[in-house]
Amino acid sequence: MKKTPGPIMLFLLLCIGLLAIFPLVGDDFYTELITKIMILSIFTISLDLLIGFTGLISFGHAAFFGIGAYFLAIFFQDAEQINYWWALTLTLSGTALASLIVGWICIRTSGIYFIMLTLAFAQMFFYFFFESPHFGGDDGIFISSKPDLSIAAEELVDLGNEHHFYYFVLTWMVAVYLFLSMVLRAPFGYILVAIKANEQRVRALGYSTQYYKLVSFVIAGTIAGLAGFLEAAHTSFVTPAYLSWHESGIAIMMVVLGGMGTLFGAVIGTFAVVFLQDLLPAITDHWQIIMGGIVIAIVLFLPNGIAGALYSLHALLNKKGLAKADADD
Amino acid sequence: MDSSFYLIQLLNGIQYGFLLFLVASGLTLIFGIMGIINLAHGSFYMIGAYLGFWFTGLTGNLFTGILLALPVSLGVGYLVERFAISQLYARDHLYQVLLTYGLILIANETQRILWGSDVHSVPIPQTLAGSFQLTGNQAYPVYRLFISISCIVIALGMYWVIQKTRLGMTIRAGASNREMVQILGINVDRLFAVVFSMGVTLAALAGMLSAPVNTVYPGIGDNILIISFVVVVIGGIGSIKGAFIGAMLIGLADTFGKVLLPEMASMVVYALMAAVLIWRPQGLFGRA
Repeated sequence: MKKTPGPIMLFLLLCIGLLAIFPLVGDDFYTELITKIMILSIFTISLDLLIGFTGLISFGHAAFFGIGAYFLAIFFQDAEQINYWWALTLTLSGTALASLIVGWICIRTSGIYFIMLTLAFAQMFFYFFFESPHFGGDDGIFISSKPDLSIAAEELVDLGNEHHFYYFVLTWMVAVYLFLSMVLRAPFGYILVAIKANEQRVRALGYSTQYYKLVSFVIAGTIAGLAGFLEAAHTSFVTPAYLSWHESGIAIMMVVLGGMGTLFGAVIGTFAVVFLQDLLPAITDHWQIIMGGIVIAIVLFLPNGIAGALYSLHALLNKKGLAKADADD
Repeated sequence: MDSSFYLIQLLNGIQYGFLLFLVASGLTLIFGIMGIINLAHGSFYMIGAYLGFWFTGLTGNLFTGILLALPVSLGVGYLVERFAISQLYARDHLYQVLLTYGLILIANETQRILWGSDVHSVPIPQTLAGSFQLTGNQAYPVYRLFISISCIVIALGMYWVIQKTRLGMTIRAGASNREMVQILGINVDRLFAVVFSMGVTLAALAGMLSAPVNTVYPGIGDNILIISFVVVVIGGIGSIKGAFIGAMLIGLADTFGKVLLPEMASMVVYALMAAVLIWRPQGLFGRA
């Protein structure tokens, strides 16, 4: 992963700062909405690892989000007290195992076959939860209590409190971003990017590309599971709709709109799309047409997304700066 | 549950398979020749179903309805290819997925504006309204047989066009080596427009034919889209023969899955697809 230029880094820190003070000044509706967006951002960041860095276009990533959510719901729906650490460990190992199995099969294919196979698995999981009478079917499952985040009987944050939950999710989002930046700056990350650029050549250099792709798939799946876990804990409700292929499609849209291969772009894209979904219905009842038009416009005019535009702007300003420095000499 | 019950299920499965074939054959050609992943293909099925419903309502007869709806579908396909799809030929799969996803959103909303969110039914024409009595209490509707026969006729027609005509020759050549066809001086732009509009019309026709059986409702295209992709991928992308075998496999697996394993019926087809791809990652008749 390339080093993020200073001014863009500064811009991101400013955004984090704004997010940190928002609940103190903003109203409760938007605090809750932003909590939801940040959870989705964790999900889309993990998808960016696949699409933007490894070159694996997964069209079934929502499955792991849903599986994470269902792990919490199935094992703890009636629990009076949910031990956060135990629930989190269980969810993450569960989604890691699921993504290991699905990934192991899917990475054997490439191109459109990979896209379709990930879609097929996601559909299988969707119908599994949708039709199964044991797991709530199409009604979904309610979870009766919030996870209890304590160390040595000392409650750290009260997840029933909307503000606490907000900061809890913000911390998770920043942590996931930093973790993936670290992974991508390590030699492992460089190999992923190289696989995206030219898999044949990486294989010729003696790397087992299948192994790297699989590890990337499992990391992304597990983080998506984390996001699902947080969503289920936030709303205390899970539904098979979490796994639908529309969710996977919207997630791809968020990543591309924000800008692939930058991690923070996925977050920007998620914010942009959810705010559009929130604002457009106020303008017209038929806002989906506008949404569709925006998607098409992105493809035609903004293929590198918002982050790409930021990078171009930065490059442009730099060039101007250099020209000015030359003139001064 | 006697043997005639299973015979009816078999006929239903084959009929569903034929309809899937109409949708999937266009999809597989569009991918094989043009290299486009067309997520909006299900929307064309939906457009066909609604146009069929609309024109049948206007004229009072399904056959004239279909005759009027077909040229409209052809026109829609041509316009979409010229203004949207043609921008995608040199682009990555990711952008194709995204742009055609945008088309789905627009098509679904347009449907809602024009025809609302209600479920509509299309009457079966008088001449085809009856049913065959198989045994004392098992009957098979004539209209379903009509669907199967129409599909066989269309499939044979397609076979003739693709195997025996000059256009078919270019299509086959395009599917196996696009660059070479271009180098030989074939007008690829025109070929793409023809293939896409034909694919759209086939999908729309499938929507029209199935409208009296399945009713017409919003989101009708979404399910058929995903299932058609399953068919195409099982059969091997770009292969018409593969699409046919795949469509029959899925049609039968889905129908018998609903009878024998009602609790996991919808999973069966996806499990079948996963199994085929583990065994042959390029599909049954695909080239590696």
